[in-house]
Amino acid sequence: MTNETSTENKIDNVIEERMTIEPDQTGEAVPAVAEAPGVIETKDMSVFYGDFRAVADVSLNFGRNQISALIGPSGCGKSTVLRSLNRMNDLVATARTEGEVHYHGQNIYAEGVDPVEVRRTIGMVFQKPNPFPKSIHDNIAWGAKVNGFKGSKTDMADLVQEALEAAALWDEVKDKLQESGYSLSGGQQQRLCIARAIATKPDVILMDEPCSALDPIATLRIEELMLELKENYSIIIVTHNMQQAARVSDKTAFFNVKLNDTGMRTGRLVEYSPTEQLFTSPNEKDTEDYITGRFG
Amino acid sequence: MSIEAPERPTQTSFPTETEYAGQLGRRQRKAVVFKFFCLAMLTIAVLALATLLYTIINDSFGLVAVVNQNDPDQIVADLGYDPATTGLQDLPYDELVGLLEANVSSGVGRRLERDQRFYEDRLVFEDDATWAEICSSDAPPTGCTAAPRDQSNVYALVQERVVVADVIASYPLVPSLLNPETFEEDVAAGFEAGRFPDYQPEQAFIEWRAWFNPTFLTTPQSSTPEVAGIRTAILGSAWLVLITILFAVPVGVGAAIYLVEYARPTRLNDFIQTNINNLAGVPSIIYGMLGLAIFVRVLEPFTSGAMFTTGVPPSDNGRTIVAAGLTLGLLTLPVVIISAQEALKSVPDSLRHAGLALGATRWQTVRSQIIPVALPGILTGTILAVARAVGETAPLILVGAASFITTDPSGPFSKFTALPIQIFQWTSFPQQEFHNLAAAASIALLLLLLTLNAVAVILRNRYSRRAE
Repeated sequence: MTNETSTENKIDNVIEERMTIEPDQTGEAVPAVAEAPGVIETKDMSVFYGDFRAVADVSLNFGRNQISALIGPSGCGKSTVLRSLNRMNDLVATARTEGEVHYHGQNIYAEGVDPVEVRRTIGMVFQKPNPFPKSIHDNIAWGAKVNGFKGSKTDMADLVQEALEAAALWDEVKDKLQESGYSLSGGQQQRLCIARAIATKPDVILMDEPCSALDPIATLRIEELMLELKENYSIIIVTHNMQQAARVSDKTAFFNVKLNDTGMRTGRLVEYSPTEQLFTSPNEKDTEDYITGRFG
Repeated sequence: MSIEAPERPTQTSFPTETEYAGQLGRRQRKAVVFKFFCLAMLTIAVLALATLLYTIINDSFGLVAVVNQNDPDQIVADLGYDPATTGLQDLPYDELVGLLEANVSSGVGRRLERDQRFYEDRLVFEDDATWAEICSSDAPPTGCTAAPRDQSNVYALVQERVVVADVIASYPLVPSLLNPETFEEDVAAGFEAGRFPDYQPEQAFIEWRAWFNPTFLTTPQSSTPEVAGIRTAILGSAWLVLITILFAVPVGVGAAIYLVEYARPTRLNDFIQTNINNLAGVPSIIYGMLGLAIFVRVLEPFTSGAMFTTGVPPSDNGRTIVAAGLTLGLLTLPVVIISAQEALKSVPDSLRHAGLALGATRWQTVRSQIIPVALPGILTGTILAVARAVGETAPLILVGAASFITTDPSGPFSKFTALPIQIFQWTSFPQQEFHNLAAAASIALLLLLLTLNAVAVILRNRYSRRAE
């Protein structure tokens, strides 16, 4: 319980801090989505790789303490959208983002915003488990250290335990914290990566097809974990697996590829609805075709 | 049985059963020929390396015919000792110094004394007034401060200066082992033919000699092959390695980190990359010219050490260890950059993403996650590149490595010689004994390189185990 409240406080602090640093009138003027307050909102966001426009005009509002899923056929730009939300796309030399991405009302692409700070607040879990070639303990401790963790060794041990418990990995690794992260199975490694992301006390966790490299049992564990984590975190997940989106997410965004006049394939947001509605009575014909398996 | 399929290519395009059997045989024969061709190439390579080793080792050991200009037994007997029970090395210290006093010219004696004195409390060759004067000068010789010589040191001097063992003929290792009697006959024939006019046949004796021996490694260079060693050259090479590493590693690894981790693929960066790749192939003599122009000439105040001293500069020009070390560092730099780049590129991007996604800066990610993984590769590449540079001769000749130096390098601003230079010089002398010395020095150089490579392997194994 104490852990949870401290996490909450931390998030509130972060939010307050950001509001004071960069008051954004337009952000506050936008009315919040009825069912849940928004945490990240994109406004007419387009991402380019060189001259190629990968996704166009995406406007989405991701709810706080919700799991939002991004689905769609290959090449529709859902991973690109996800990576734009914590500026990981900046790492691609030719990538360029237009439009705005608001985190609690502040544009993270505004001038003077340090992507390092953005990524600390909006963590990420990748498709392939990518633990550091270090011990399990150090895998988790490192993120806290680089962000200036000031606590003692015991504090760090507590943080590691807390993160591993939150990622439902503690019982399996508590006796071998000094062993290499590579000694774990694929599913365990992915949970280690989630624990690592949690340990820096983020607000939002982005997951880019986190289960695609895992077997069904490991996948199930990660899904259960996600449902537990949404109590404290907002989660945005890209998945190829429609059942997974249906099982875990609260809202689902469906992307599709559209050929434009010049013959380029640009991803577009087709529909963004509560998951149950999207999978039972979609508004768009394309969505229905996709979820019933007629293409993609 | 055949199946009608008019649109598909007919079976006639393929060989028949019998044709196929013959064709398969030909294909397999070609395969066998190619395999044996490759095996033959391997054999040639192995033979070439074996010949290299054989030549070096063959010349480094073997029989020698020696003449002592003064018979040690006679010397001992002249001093009133019994040669049967007392060897030259058993004589009291004072007697040995007395032998030197009696046999060495006063000039040589004074030089020996200035290098290192014989007695704490009195002088043998110098007079007190001169000694006090030179010791109070700006650059006092080492003898003013160093501890006096000991028994073994003076014994070695007596061997070198009084006994003077002269190797009049030497024989390589393999014939020495197979038919040593031929060597005796050769020496006897040499005396008859009058090739050794200074000596009588009965003075000469034949003994085994390992040209590569501990004394060889620890004695300085000399113009007499019997007492010449390579300590000055080894120390010179060690200094060069040190300066090369100090220059090439930080600069090379830093540049590689920038190119791999930070540089965007702009045209300028591509241009720089291409040039680095080309520089790795530039002949070493060109680097020597560069070193001569830049380090020896332009940067002379720095490389001669004049910049760092107010009095007399350690060297009167820029032909110093620093200049040569920097030249070798430049020569090594492209290879260090390229191998460090390869090592960094082999670290998967997923680790970079993992680090950055946690809110680490790029430098934090590179330092804590990327470099530790790339380190074994960086170290291996660097050490191999440095090992390559240690054997370089051409640039050292250009930047002015002195081939005849008997004093150890005193620091980065002193004149120097190096192992490959020493080998080069000895090989160019006509006397066979110097060729033996060159072969022995080659062994030392090869051992130095083997040591460096072994260090590379050990470091790689240790760090890659830690990384996993």
